[in-house]
Amino acid sequence: MDKENTIVINGNRLNFVRGETILDVAMKNNIEIPTLCHLKGTTPTGKCGVCVVQVADKDELVTACSTQAEDGMTILTESSSVVTSRKQTIQKMLSIGNHNCAVRASSKENWTQYQLKVHQEDNSPELCPAWGDCRLQDLAYRYQVTGGGYANVKALYPMEMANPFIIRDFSRCILCGRCVKACNEVQVNNAIEFGYDGEKQKIIARDDKPLKDSDCVFCGECVQACPVGALVPKDSRFERPWEMQKVRSTCSYCGVGCQINFHVKDNRVIKITGPDDAPPNYGRLCVKGRFGFDFIHSKDRLTTPLIKENGKFRDASWDEALDLTARRLSEIKKQHGADSIGVLTSARVTNEDNYAAMKFTRAVLKTNNIDHCARL
Amino acid sequence: MTNTIGDVEDAEVILVTGSNTTENHPVLSSFIKRAVKFKNAKLIVVDPRRIKLTEFAHLWLRPKLGTDVAWLNGLMHVIIAEDLHDKAFIENRTTDFEKLKSMVEKFTPDYVKQITGIPEARIIEAARLYAGARAGAILYCMGITQHTTGTDNVKSLANLAMLCGNLGIAGGGVNPLRGQNNVQGACDMGGLPNVFSGYRPVTDATVRKEMEGAWGVSDLPEKPGLTVTKMVPMAHTGEIKALYIIGENPMVSDADLNHAEKSLSHLDFLVVQDIFMTETGMMADVVLPSACFAEKDGTFSNTERRVQRVRKAVDAPKDAWNDWRITSEIAKRMGYPMNYKSSQEIFEEIARLTPSYAGISYERIERQGLYWPCPTQDHPGTPILHTQEFTRGKGMFHAIDYIPPAEKTDDEYPLYLTTGRVLYHYHTGTMTRRTEGLNERAPESFVEISAEDAKRFGVEDESMITVASRRGEINVRAKVSKMVEEGTVFIPFHYAEAAANKLTHAALDPVSNIPEYKVCAIRLSRAA
Ligand code: SF4
Ligand code: SF4
Ligand code: SF4
Ligand code: FES
Repeated sequence: MDKENTIVINGNRLNFVRGETILDVAMKNNIEIPTLCHLKGTTPTGKCGVCVVQVADKDELVTACSTQAEDGMTILTESSSVVTSRKQTIQKMLSIGNHNCAVRASSKENWTQYQLKVHQEDNSPELCPAWGDCRLQDLAYRYQVTGGGYANVKALYPMEMANPFIIRDFSRCILCGRCVKACNEVQVNNAIEFGYDGEKQKIIARDDKPLKDSDCVFCGECVQACPVGALVPKDSRFERPWEMQKVRSTCSYCGVGCQINFHVKDNRVIKITGPDDAPPNYGRLCVKGRFGFDFIHSKDRLTTPLIKENGKFRDASWDEALDLTARRLSEIKKQHGADSIGVLTSARVTNEDNYAAMKFTRAVLKTNNIDHCARL
Repeated sequence: MTNTIGDVEDAEVILVTGSNTTENHPVLSSFIKRAVKFKNAKLIVVDPRRIKLTEFAHLWLRPKLGTDVAWLNGLMHVIIAEDLHDKAFIENRTTDFEKLKSMVEKFTPDYVKQITGIPEARIIEAARLYAGARAGAILYCMGITQHTTGTDNVKSLANLAMLCGNLGIAGGGVNPLRGQNNVQGACDMGGLPNVFSGYRPVTDATVRKEMEGAWGVSDLPEKPGLTVTKMVPMAHTGEIKALYIIGENPMVSDADLNHAEKSLSHLDFLVVQDIFMTETGMMADVVLPSACFAEKDGTFSNTERRVQRVRKAVDAPKDAWNDWRITSEIAKRMGYPMNYKSSQEIFEEIARLTPSYAGISYERIERQGLYWPCPTQDHPGTPILHTQEFTRGKGMFHAIDYIPPAEKTDDEYPLYLTTGRVLYHYHTGTMTRRTEGLNERAPESFVEISAEDAKRFGVEDESMITVASRRGEINVRAKVSKMVEEGTVFIPFHYAEAAANKLTHAALDPVSNIPEYKVCAIRLSRAA
């Protein structure tokens, strides 16, 4: 057997398996190291620098998400040099781009002018769409990063609104690359990547085309992965998390049965996301599951029973419709026998609904003429 | 599925056939793509269309429509001839190997090439690749089942998996991908003409006795009932007088729609229960409004047999009710009380009367679903089927000969049509076509046609053309595309205004009664 590998984090001696990163070891032992660019289940890039930790004897900072643990390492996760470095990293990210959330309000100089510029670019008087649900904002609070100069320059790239589902707001992109990982390593749709160099760097689809003309299939995995307000769902752009209630359920389209979270406000489904800790999909969804829920609140929904009279439908009460149905079915059963009636149950409704239909067909109608349209 | 979705990432070789997975089961396709990209799995795609997955495939076989038994027998011919089969598995777990062996003998690569158009070398390579894997998974969908020979196709896939010992192991299996969210559950619950919930036959007197006792009734019918594909034509002949249709729209999904419409109009009484008015609902005498999935509690069973919770997030609009409540109220009015207070109460009854669900409860699946069979409350569920033995003990090989599709092209109808789905829509589109964004991405129907055929028939890209079969015709926009091969066109079936199923052929598989949606003969002309 291998000699036991150990590492010391904040004074705790911990075992690890070769190949694990410092972050892996810390997480397994419930030691929290903040991360930003790292996306669970994908290869680390070490891009953002938020997860830096100090290797004690060397006095050097390394990124925990992309540095493998080595035997005998001694790590400090919140030393003063670590904290200073994180603060600088966060401040730098905040100072470029339209991060007009509450975290910035504490430094008063130019706030109004800055807000006005952002509102104009957003075409909206709201604060950042991610306000309240932003990893960068959380980190800024945690490390008490405020102020810094505002970048009062116009955003380099205009917002992309030209598709029905996703707003790409490059002015808030911190180039962490989580979306690229989500697209290429989680969903493997290979639609987006880093493009251009230096100051001009940007997340692009092939040939920097708009998403709607690219290989993008609008699964929205990148939106879910984006830690800030750079990728937001178009239909729920300014919805705030504290006004919505989350309800876990199962997608109703295909047989994969992805787990979903409904986000509900005022008795309406506002958006759908994938809970990333639950099988079978671990947070992944497709365009239908994530964005295809308008039908729930469609004005075309049937809301009252209908009875046809002289070739035309009229509204009816439940009692009327149910009585008529029961009476006609009983008559036909009596006149032509139970086997002259058939029931089509549905691959769309719940097990409980199907069971009730099955029991009704066999125990009440007394026929086995029951099927569903899965053959079709 | 015999195996789980996550299990796909453990396969060494993945054979996908008759499934346009990236469009129809997108999240599942990410498991396949990840296996190829990060776990070195080898992907074999067998599909007449140049689907997205072919870009990830190590090997793509492109058979002519409806020739699945031929290429499958061809693969097995090579595997046996090259002595690559799993002799221990065949010896211990199966019967009738000799019958299979003599059947596939004539399916030499050369013979198979003549039928399927797949070059010999590809057949040999695919056979070696699949048989050489420690674990090989087979995934298939409607492209396999929606043929007159659908049952044969499925059995042939099982033959291939057994031949290589790929059943009952992680990363293996024969895995049907269910098209609709709760097909598995509808079948599990006995929404079938011949079985109660848990696939217990209605012909079994002991089972009937048990159900009679539990339900407090007598004389449960013993004769298996009719499938949907039989009920509709029998409405036409007058043998079926009334239909109660819950949440389905056979008027768009039925093969040979023109006939379906006539049939339904012959009924004495039609009740349709749905969340929207549909083409089928328009023909009904009574329409009952039901709650949609976001408005109800319950469970769905996914394609890997995982029973998962559905939870109410919002109230149903005005007077729409849960489907089970509506059904129960009709029952009550016909003299049989069904007084359920909650879906949980129904689920408890299901668990009591369905051995494979006996150990499942709402409490147990609160956070994460369970795989059936799950016979007791401390049973962990069964992710992989057939690890020790098959349901009937030993697995039986079936000797299956190739039968060509029911309809052939001729001078008048010179092209083959195949149908399917697109990413942005679902089934007959009642839900997705009411979502603006999805409609914006895929607003109208189209016919995919190869550049060669476009030239031959004088069809311009983007122009409106008329597609006609022996049963009907529709107008659709032409999309000249590399997806299809010369001689074949493709039309999605989601669009009621250009319903592909006006063209399709209602010839049925003799066992499953599934219509042959995937092959029929058509002709093209410029739309008038
Ligand atoms: S929506 Fe999906 S396919 Fe499109 S860029 Fe985002 S992750 Fe990639
Ligand atoms: S769009 Fe979001 S996830 Fe992508 S690089 Fe920018 S900030 Fe990161
Ligand atoms: S999110 Fe997409 S892949 Fe998942 S169950 Fe729904 S339709 Fe299927
Ligand atoms: S989280 Fe480690 S570098 Fe970004």
